[in-house]
Amino acid sequence: MHRFANPARFLRLANAILPWSAGLTVVLLTVGTVWALGLSPADYQQGQSVRIMYVHVPSAWMGMFTYTAMAVASAVALIWKHPLADLAAKASAPVGAGFTFICLVTGSLWGKPMWGTYWVWDARLTSMLILLFLYLGHMALVEAFDDPGRGARAGAILALVGAVNVPIIKFSVDWWNTLHQPASVSKMGMPSIAAEMLIPLLIMGLAFKAYYVTVVLLRMRTEIAAAKVRAIRLAQVHG
Amino acid sequence: MDALGDFFGMGGYAGFIWPSYAVTAVVLGGLVVASVRSLRAREAELQSLQAAVGSRRAAARSRDLVGEPANDP
Repeated sequence: MHRFANPARFLRLANAILPWSAGLTVVLLTVGTVWALGLSPADYQQGQSVRIMYVHVPSAWMGMFTYTAMAVASAVALIWKHPLADLAAKASAPVGAGFTFICLVTGSLWGKPMWGTYWVWDARLTSMLILLFLYLGHMALVEAFDDPGRGARAGAILALVGAVNVPIIKFSVDWWNTLHQPASVSKMGMPSIAAEMLIPLLIMGLAFKAYYVTVVLLRMRTEIAAAKVRAIRLAQVHG
Repeated sequence: MDALGDFFGMGGYAGFIWPSYAVTAVVLGGLVVASVRSLRAREAELQSLQAAVGSRRAAARSRDLVGEPANDP
């Protein structure tokens, strides 16, 4: 059982964090949604449709953040063979797929009234669709082997190779002519967005991040329990 | 009543804004429900397995203490 000595410490930490991250998610999502739908102003050009931004932009951020986290976890898993890193990558993929799906659907619903079309094959939208396929491919690949270790290894390689897509998404609006507008919230310099809109946007971003932490910890606990179940069943077969 | 109508009307964009928030709620909510369910199922399976292994060990230990009744002559 020495392999689970480390996960035991992780489980204690996860259980200590979970009530806080779950509570924070609920509070931030509630405040953010009320602010986004009720209190924030309409845009002078886009009217009320700008309210889609408060779910579209945070889900886009988190779609890319989650993939980056997955790629880092995969590198750690491949280099240091850390068993929790594999579990973190596996637990992240469905959450990242969810964020990316939300981003694509809400973007489509925003594009129709603003651009006159639900979809266009430009660089930003296409690279985001590829991100969704990378997540789905990762989820399928990890489960495709009888030996979970081999599945995790294959998934880690896919996650690292696919990481090249993240900067492509990020800079697609600068590198190519696209219908999609460039970033309004930039870490360098002043964001070109009014504070009444920026604050609820950031609250929603934090809410989505707290949500990510909560769900990934839950899913990692599930994976640890599943690994213990496998270990006991193996011991029964061989003992 | 008019204010409420204005709110749900969303300046003519109701058909785009409400589905956006609905999709977000369904995906995020569904993922939480699915994750909690599979966690509970896995932990229940683990507990019943551990209980079975534990009782078998306890049985083996008491057999060792009492001494296996010799079936073979």
